[in-house]
Amino acid sequence: MNRRHLILVGIGGLALIAYPWVFRSNYAVDIGFLVLFAAYLGQTWNIAGGFAGQTSFGHVVFFGVGAYVSTILHATYGVNPWIAWPCSALGGAIVGWLIGTLCYRAGLKGSYFALITLAVAEVGRIVANSLPITRGGLGMLIRADLRAENFQFKDPIWFYYIALVLCVLAMVIAWGLTRTRFGARLAAIRDNEDAAEALGVNAFREKVKCLTLSGGLCGAGGTVYAQKYLYIDPSIAFSIDKSVEMLLVTLIGGPGTVLGPLIGSGVLHFIGELTRDLGAMLPSVGNPQPLSIIIYGAALIAIVAWLPDGLMGLFRRTVGGDRA
Amino acid sequence: MSHIVIGRRAITRRRFVAGTMAAGSLAFPAILRAQAKTVKVGLIHPVTGFVAYNGQQSRVGAAMAIEDVNKAGGIKAMGGATLEAVLGDSQSKVEVGVSEVEKMNEAGVAAYIGCFQSPVGIAASQAAAKYNTPFIIDVGASDLIVNRGLKNVFRLKPGFGKCAEDAIIALGEINKAAGAPAKSAVLVHESGEFGTGTAKLLAGKLPSIGIEVKELIPHDNPTRNMDNIALRIRAIQPDILTMSNYGNEYTLLARTLHQQKVNLVGMFSVLGGGFNYKLVKDLPDVAENMMDYNHWFNPKSSNAQGLKRRVEAAGSLFTFEVYLTYNSVMLLADALERAKTTDKDKLIEALATSTWSTDIVPYGPTKFVNGQNEGGRAAALQAQKGDIQVVYPAAFASASVVFPKPKYN
Amino acid sequence: MLTPEILVAGLVNGLMAGGIYVLVAVGLTLIYGVLHIINFAHGSLLMLAMYAVFFLWRKPLGLDPYIALPLVIAGAFAFGYLVYRALIGHFSHGKDENILLITLGLSIIIDNATLFFFTGDTQTIEVTYAGRMISLGPALVPLGKLVSFAGALLLCLLLGLFMTRTDMGKAIRAVAKERQGARLVGIDVEGVMAISYGIGIACLGAAACLLMPTFYVSPSSGHAFVLIAFTIVVLGGMGSFKGAFFGGLIIGIVESACGLWLGEQLGQIGIPLVFILILLLRPSGLFGAAR
Repeated sequence: MNRRHLILVGIGGLALIAYPWVFRSNYAVDIGFLVLFAAYLGQTWNIAGGFAGQTSFGHVVFFGVGAYVSTILHATYGVNPWIAWPCSALGGAIVGWLIGTLCYRAGLKGSYFALITLAVAEVGRIVANSLPITRGGLGMLIRADLRAENFQFKDPIWFYYIALVLCVLAMVIAWGLTRTRFGARLAAIRDNEDAAEALGVNAFREKVKCLTLSGGLCGAGGTVYAQKYLYIDPSIAFSIDKSVEMLLVTLIGGPGTVLGPLIGSGVLHFIGELTRDLGAMLPSVGNPQPLSIIIYGAALIAIVAWLPDGLMGLFRRTVGGDRA
Repeated sequence: MSHIVIGRRAITRRRFVAGTMAAGSLAFPAILRAQAKTVKVGLIHPVTGFVAYNGQQSRVGAAMAIEDVNKAGGIKAMGGATLEAVLGDSQSKVEVGVSEVEKMNEAGVAAYIGCFQSPVGIAASQAAAKYNTPFIIDVGASDLIVNRGLKNVFRLKPGFGKCAEDAIIALGEINKAAGAPAKSAVLVHESGEFGTGTAKLLAGKLPSIGIEVKELIPHDNPTRNMDNIALRIRAIQPDILTMSNYGNEYTLLARTLHQQKVNLVGMFSVLGGGFNYKLVKDLPDVAENMMDYNHWFNPKSSNAQGLKRRVEAAGSLFTFEVYLTYNSVMLLADALERAKTTDKDKLIEALATSTWSTDIVPYGPTKFVNGQNEGGRAAALQAQKGDIQVVYPAAFASASVVFPKPKYN
Repeated sequence: MLTPEILVAGLVNGLMAGGIYVLVAVGLTLIYGVLHIINFAHGSLLMLAMYAVFFLWRKPLGLDPYIALPLVIAGAFAFGYLVYRALIGHFSHGKDENILLITLGLSIIIDNATLFFFTGDTQTIEVTYAGRMISLGPALVPLGKLVSFAGALLLCLLLGLFMTRTDMGKAIRAVAKERQGARLVGIDVEGVMAISYGIGIACLGAAACLLMPTFYVSPSSGHAFVLIAFTIVVLGGMGSFKGAFFGGLIIGIVESACGLWLGEQLGQIGIPLVFILILLLRPSGLFGAAR
């Protein structure tokens, strides 16, 4: 990363820190949280999907496990959510390790791996719906007590900064993947697993490590969500929409890049906000809201059509320089 | 719908309105200046996604109510201020619902009404609590909504707890009046919070009216086929079948049972999602003599019949979302009249002490306890000859109940 | 509670349900199994086809869905072919991830377009003779489901024959096995891919006609079948129509058995578990080529 990139990243970072002060409205802060949080979750996906080429369709399983671990510990057993938070990360990591071990041992790759993760997420949802400890379909409510020691805040700006910190943390880890041997091994596995093996890389071990890391980080995200919205149920915690969003922001932004998920998240949310009111500008129509989403879908296709390498591809083409 | 002005992006709109107000004050006398006021009402419903139909129905009800309030002169205690809807799509997602709350707060809404799904309602009303803005839950069955100690949350309709209790009483009386032919029941429910909660409550109370619960059958949303559930029901041969689920699954099971000519003493669903005019219109043979304990309008009220005609003339069906949201807007309008202001504390106080009543639904006068209206009540309905009648309580009944259900030949 | 009678009846129910699943999966066998396209839009396209059946059935057209079969199949083929030509083939630049995103965008557009034009109302059709119950031992099966079962079998047979006996079928198999090589021997690869996708969607058209008499359609009703379809394709073996048929029936029976044993809610776990087990233990599926 050269000087020009460093300056751009620095400016970007300052902008993100300053954002809630410039747009001092809770709505803007909330949108900011959503963008950063989606970027964070996308980055956790990116670690496995982008950097190691392990596309998964069921990443939400880590998120859901994380959300339930901390919520059960906190709401049922009275554990302080700050302490429960790393337990969620651990839970996600364990699930990541399990999935990785089983699937990679069986030699699953490509779309097979992607689909099996989808099935695992489904299993997670059904199990969460059936266990007494999760209260099944009734969902779990966290009592509102808006104090910092409860990992709840009166001012939503705190969640914005927590999301920002997580996002930066994940980006640093991702950047680390571009600089360390571990990352290089993952890249080798992504580009050609057989060749990597021939060069002495233990693909199985590296992939399991990668998925464990990815799962742990994703699980941590589950706690943040649960603490912000104070209610989870199996269809929220294991929703396929979240898996899709994680993969979407990364693929649109540029898989295997550090800034990809953040840029993808920003652009997709921007398009979403832009189109959300568009439908409403036709008051004579019965329900114009689906039109907004149609435009969103069309924008998605347009981005793929004209930017096949994702937005980072565009960035690289215009700003130039090596892979950021 | 032409009365509804769509809220624009937050900050700029407020400055714009403030600017025009300032400009207006120069040109108009003080009395007229006050009449330019509008009270913004934030409406958050899922108008895209799985339950888009239900969300849209709520909007229909809201639109009519706002139109009626404004036509009658607006909020007279506030100088004839008109109600203005600020529409938001929750997309059935908690985070989008909350985002809409924030957006509408910027637009300066005086109150929120929403959200059809309990999880969205729970999270959105929690978010609104930050601003102490009243949040009226129009549709949302879970009792978790009102038991959180939040002063800004109000639910006009009864929750599944009250509905289940009243349904049991209704079933008990209907059964007794027929000589108690029903002695056993099977409860089918969707596995989310509404179905699970309702079924659990029913299972606990059915024994008190002499009905043994043979089995609870939870199912997923969506369910692709009901054949095995029908099989179990045929094997157990219960007298009563109750269903607490959403429209598609409700209809699919009803159809399957009808096709298989499963004889039951009665089908008595509680908050059955598919029991509505569409069912009796499209599948009258399936629906015949099915009963449901659900939110309904008062068939003896001319206001309700008039509203029904208007809704049908506009091309929609008169489903419960329409009048529940209609009532929520009316409740708010009444509270605004009594509070004479949109000041949040005063408005919440006005809502909390509200005794608003309407004859459109079979409710008693409003009485909020911890945010739940104790005066709310559902009714026992039955599909008869392609129409839906209220069969219990007697005060609102439009027809006698047919029980037990005639056997298939 | 689980008497032998119930078990047998459940088995029959499972077979019938499986017949429906086969119909949805068979198109995906071609699209995913052969072309290796993860068609996110599969559920949405099924839903669209079912709306077509609904509108053809409604007055003033009043077409019986079984009579409308050839029309819907032809229309679905044309639609699928166009979608591939105009969207997938054109914009994906050959990258798998892009195809995924495009089909995702397509599914978003289709779902919301139907919501906008047709409203969120659920629609059913009444085909009285399809609701007539036939006793198969202790089981009661509606005629409509027997017809779907037969239809599924027929469809799989026809497609199997098509793939092995016709030139186009051979071309499709060639493209699936070795795209560059196929191009080199003069096969119009893009054309073949488009036709394959079209055939896959045509299968959904057939599925829609056979499914509507016993099911319903709403803008989000197609998604319920997608994971099952993928499970069947993998279980049966990628690209094998025989596999899709037997895989579908097995999945139907597994779902039914798990539902009876574990309850209808928890029993749903059977399908993803089978999927996981197959992939872990025998990824080539029942009839797929060994890896």
